[in-house]
Amino acid sequence: MRQEVVLAMLAKEPSYGYELRARLREALGPLGEAMNPGQVYVTLTRLEKAGLVTSRRAEGLADRPDRTVYGLTPAGQERVAEWLAEVSWPKPDLAEFHLKLVAAATAGLADPISIVDAQRRELLRRLRDAQRAALAEPDGSDAGLLLEGVVLRLQADLRWLETCERSWIDRRSRS
Amino acid sequence: MSDTGDTADTAVLRARGLRKHYGQGEGLVRAVDGVDLDVARGETVAVMGPSGCGKSTLLQLLGGLDRPTDGEVSLDGRRIDQMGEKALARMRRTAVGFVFQAFHLMEELSAVENVELPALLDGRPPRAARRRSLKLLEGVGLADRAGFLPSALSGGQRQRVAIARALSSEPLVVFADEPTGNLDSAATVDVLRLFETLHRGGQTLVVVTHDERIAATADRLISMRDGSFVDETRLSGGTGGDLGALVGLEG
Repeated sequence: MRQEVVLAMLAKEPSYGYELRARLREALGPLGEAMNPGQVYVTLTRLEKAGLVTSRRAEGLADRPDRTVYGLTPAGQERVAEWLAEVSWPKPDLAEFHLKLVAAATAGLADPISIVDAQRRELLRRLRDAQRAALAEPDGSDAGLLLEGVVLRLQADLRWLETCERSWIDRRSRS
Repeated sequence: MSDTGDTADTAVLRARGLRKHYGQGEGLVRAVDGVDLDVARGETVAVMGPSGCGKSTLLQLLGGLDRPTDGEVSLDGRRIDQMGEKALARMRRTAVGFVFQAFHLMEELSAVENVELPALLDGRPPRAARRRSLKLLEGVGLADRAGFLPSALSGGQRQRVAIARALSSEPLVVFADEPTGNLDSAATVDVLRLFETLHRGGQTLVVVTHDERIAATADRLISMRDGSFVDETRLSGGTGGDLGALVGLEG
């Protein structure tokens, strides 16, 4: 996850690290559970070193990282604005899988269709998990919206596999 | 491909060496060509495959809508491939439910009348049938549409009526053929939710579908090509925390 995410979460108002974590968890739902709890603090420390964030300890409380209030510096605010204006590109790794099929078929090492089958099995397991998680979210929740994105991406990958399967079956029957 | 062990012992639906061939000589079509299948009670099985792979024909053979050229189908231990027409018709009314892509509702009957029809045809008392049908409509979220004709319902609502109808006789197995084939994405989600609910309630489901989302509700997914099963995947068990990686949250 990019540092800018943590930075942007501070844009509303100065906050404790644990408040940031709670905001992230709410927005991510079950997907956020995989997040390392220390990651937010590590990121905040880096952002502070980079001059994008300032910190002050809350008065009268023990000196612990979760008692520190973080806020954006002007440079941090500028960075957030830049980040919001950036276009995000998805990073599907289709080429590797495609080349795996081509190489397997060319060298006669493995049946491309079996490779497609194995890939599909794994994608469907993930789709099942993502879909269950999505259905368990209340309508209109942030986490549900993210999970819907996961479901749609997996569907797209599965459809492409179907196209690969058809194509390799055709090639096999022609050869 | 045949299942052994636990599934075979508790199978509510079983097929052995199932074949359906059409035509002959050069024109012979092997729509279903040697299928073995055991479906355990409470299991959801999805069959996927390209158009023309024989999956709809398979569903018809398993549900007693068509007879195999060869092989056996047993439902709850009873062979249905050799049943007489009358017994088979009764079996279809009482032991199985069907959901089709095109809904197949009676257009001149209201939603609740459609749902209660199988029970009435089976000679159940009308009042009890009506009570149960209203309950089933409530279960699919259409309690307030009971008196509507199908033409006054959306596609998704019609399919939910059809699912309620399929459950009317408390069937051993519900068979669904492309249940979301005519539905938009929001209505598909409604059907997904219903299937998950049925599954949790212990309903046995066999679904043939193109829709990855429906397939992903299954415990077991079978891929079919040219009339035969070519791959089988157990989907239950899950992948744990891998979903985080899919949204860029790893590490």
